[in-house]
Amino acid sequence: MNGVHDMGGMDGFGKVEPEPNEPMFHTEWEGRVLAMVRAMGAAGAFNIDTSRYYREALPPEVYMTSSYYRKWFIGLENMLVAKGYITPEEVASAHAVEPAKPLKHGKFTVDQVERIMVRGKFGRTPGAPAKFRPGDRVRARNIHPTTHTRLPRYVRGHAGVVELNLGCNVYPDSAANEAGENPQWLYTVVFDSTELWGPDADPTVKISVDAFEPYLEPA
Amino acid sequence: MELRVRALETVLSEKGYIDPAALDAIVQAYETRIGPHNGAQVVAKAWTDPAFKQALLHDGTKAVGTLGHVGRVGDHLVVVENTPQRHNMVVCTLCSCYPWEMLGLPPTWYKAAPYRSRAVKDPRGVLADFGVTLPKETEIRVWDSTAETRFLVLPMRPAGTEGWSEQQLAEIVTRDSMIGTGLPKTPGAPS
Repeated sequence: MNGVHDMGGMDGFGKVEPEPNEPMFHTEWEGRVLAMVRAMGAAGAFNIDTSRYYREALPPEVYMTSSYYRKWFIGLENMLVAKGYITPEEVASAHAVEPAKPLKHGKFTVDQVERIMVRGKFGRTPGAPAKFRPGDRVRARNIHPTTHTRLPRYVRGHAGVVELNLGCNVYPDSAANEAGENPQWLYTVVFDSTELWGPDADPTVKISVDAFEPYLEPA
Repeated sequence: MELRVRALETVLSEKGYIDPAALDAIVQAYETRIGPHNGAQVVAKAWTDPAFKQALLHDGTKAVGTLGHVGRVGDHLVVVENTPQRHNMVVCTLCSCYPWEMLGLPPTWYKAAPYRSRAVKDPRGVLADFGVTLPKETEIRVWDSTAETRFLVLPMRPAGTEGWSEQQLAEIVTRDSMIGTGLPKTPGAPS
């Protein structure tokens, strides 16, 4: 979706302001939100792409004015309600009322914590040979899906060069909609800054994205 | 927010979806175990062991996997090397993808609009915000983490560190130098 989360190349947000000695969490609830998202994801309530989609789908004014973990929290709550794990009434009363919906991997317990400290695996067996090879010139297709996609707007329609073949991976555009993993080849594609930002751009800069095969066409 | 978060946690716990003690353990792991010291050890090893460096650049996941407790990374780590000719910088314009296992949770600026919007269009301007100026002719390569690949920058080893141990070297490897928005600490400079 062409949402406000797709920020590459936008102007007007000002300077980057690092916070000296930033704590891991600014308040205790931030840590609880992170842990709830990780735990419910690991229990099988949703996949990582769906959770990203629910954050992107927040109303633009909410997205832009919420802290990072507030976005995570609202996205989590919306997702769990939409999928029938909780009801708005339960959240409002802070108590379980309805029977629980079974989780794919069961209750998330202490003995499973170590498992989620290592990232999941996203590589899959390919169904067809890769269409592109390192060195090939490709163009990011001018597509505008209204649901989740990982092709940022700023590269669409632009030509670049395949640098790496990253293997066949779970396709976020399908997984986010729970339409299956639909594995696709994934490539690092490099663009000249002048191709993306015009002739006045700094010619010493190159930008790459990781692009799934359906995002690309030969150039 | 605090009340809303507590309400949700209570509901999830009462419904039998999660054990609150498991949430405690997750928070504790991120607060104590997972942080840039992991990445710094990998960089220091690469600076002192040419065979390891070669293996790391060839297959980051596999090479880091040989390092015992540091080595528990997912499948998709790509390590990119800074050279006098090329400086690498990592961003996630769409959300906040970041090599957690190597660097811990990302800092707020990494997840915020100013960095995500400008890193791909004006990386030299962003570096200036961090007080970093590179030679005009140095190529800047920005890696936008748009899939599950995670990128770690291997910074250049500073001059004046000849003969240093891995442990000494790890101490000058900063988080930002592994994102590409900073450089390692200069030997002898006040920290």
